Amino acid sequence: MADARRRGLPIIARNVRVARGDATLLDDVDVTIPADERTFILGPNGSGKSTLLRVLHGLQRPTAGEVLWGGAATHPSGQAMVFQRPVMLRRSAAGNLRYALALSGVRGAEAERRIDEALGEVGLRHLRRRAARALSGGEQQRLALARAWSLAPEVLFLDEPTASLDPSATRAVEDIVRDIHARGTTIVMTTHNLAQAKRLADSIVFLHGGRVTEHTPAEKFFRAPRSREAQTLLEGERL
Amino acid sequence: MSTFSESLLVAVGLIVHLDPHLTGIVLLSLRVSLTATLVAALIGLPLGAWIAVSRFPGRDALIAVLNAMMGLPPVVVGLVIYLLLSRAGPLGSWGLLFTPTAMVIAQTVLIAPILAALSRQVIADAWTEYREQLTSLGATPFGGALTLLWDTRYSLATVLLAGFGRAIAEVGAVIIVGGNIDGVTRVMTTTIALETSKGDLPLALGLGTTLIALTLILNLAAQATKSWARARFG
Repeated sequence: MADARRRGLPIIARNVRVARGDATLLDDVDVTIPADERTFILGPNGSGKSTLLRVLHGLQRPTAGEVLWGGAATHPSGQAMVFQRPVMLRRSAAGNLRYALALSGVRGAEAERRIDEALGEVGLRHLRRRAARALSGGEQQRLALARAWSLAPEVLFLDEPTASLDPSATRAVEDIVRDIHARGTTIVMTTHNLAQAKRLADSIVFLHGGRVTEHTPAEKFFRAPRSREAQTLLEGERL
Repeated sequence: MSTFSESLLVAVGLIVHLDPHLTGIVLLSLRVSLTATLVAALIGLPLGAWIAVSRFPGRDALIAVLNAMMGLPPVVVGLVIYLLLSRAGPLGSWGLLFTPTAMVIAQTVLIAPILAALSRQVIADAWTEYREQLTSLGATPFGGALTLLWDTRYSLATVLLAGFGRAIAEVGAVIIVGGNIDGVTRVMTTTIALETSKGDLPLALGLGTTLIALTLILNLAAQATKSWARARFG
């Protein structure tokens, strides 16, 4: 089981460069996302966090360099992503999960079982028939997590999933991310909330100006960051 | 002014008593324009969706042509379809000239570009919002287009109404390919044109009133359905 689930890991980015027009969004990025960990991508605004996440998820093709998923250059199935602003279809809450499951080939009774389980996991079972777009921002983000949960992904990418949520909704999202990780899903997440990274991260990839300045275990990063840029950011937070 | 009010009275009488002559004309109008809208939707909506989500050389030019075709003059469409369907024309053997089918064809040609151009815009906007999420879930552009056709259904309903409105209100194309034959190809707009020139203002006005009322009722119904569905499905 463990081996079967690990076809797309580790994710290795080699010499990745992403340019859009004249702007270089990522440059010379070498990073390895190991299995089972919660890797957090940190950095100031505009440092390329979201771009790196999209490259690792295969949503964005690098201008130069390559990404390997479990040693292969073809993007694997078994990944899911939760965006900063959840995108829900004009269907019921359950209908949104059913749609995602159908796309990954899960239908019928198995799909219904997973929908029920996932909605229960995020505490939305009572809203299953509600229009997804009529839910509150926090509920929609939990629904997005339920959608990801139902797919039982090998890797879950999260792009600042709590950026527009209040503290209690943020806590709910963090708890769900913890549960998804505990079930054996590798987590790759961006945030600009350092306290959140401290609570959840196993290791930190620090980006500055489109370059990786360090990739260290979280505990070490918050105690003694190696790069000057990370030191500056952490000091700014303490003020 | 007195002519107008007198005609209006007679017109109301014709409508209230469901005058068979008038009813026949109204029903034919509806049949022709609703069929044309349906056929044009089957062509225009998938075409619009496909152009919205795909990238190919000449796409921008195609969009420009499509947008320009929204302003096709009905008489020109009528003329072209007439030439194609006339006995000496390439499709003359079908024997469709001066039949309701010819009118459906002409109106379909007239409004399919409208439906394609407007639905392309609606779906392109939605695709901007959904693209990353749908791609992340593993949808192909083709599958994504189908998903968006359903997800933008309320906006597309308005697009269909715009097409139907154009079809039922035009006179130039149907009068050329239909021939305005009494009891066969005479619809509301062609009758209004004919009766006005003959001086039968009550019938013309009765049909005019019916035409506007029908359009209004249809739009009100669509609006009500839309707000109900929006409240229900977001």
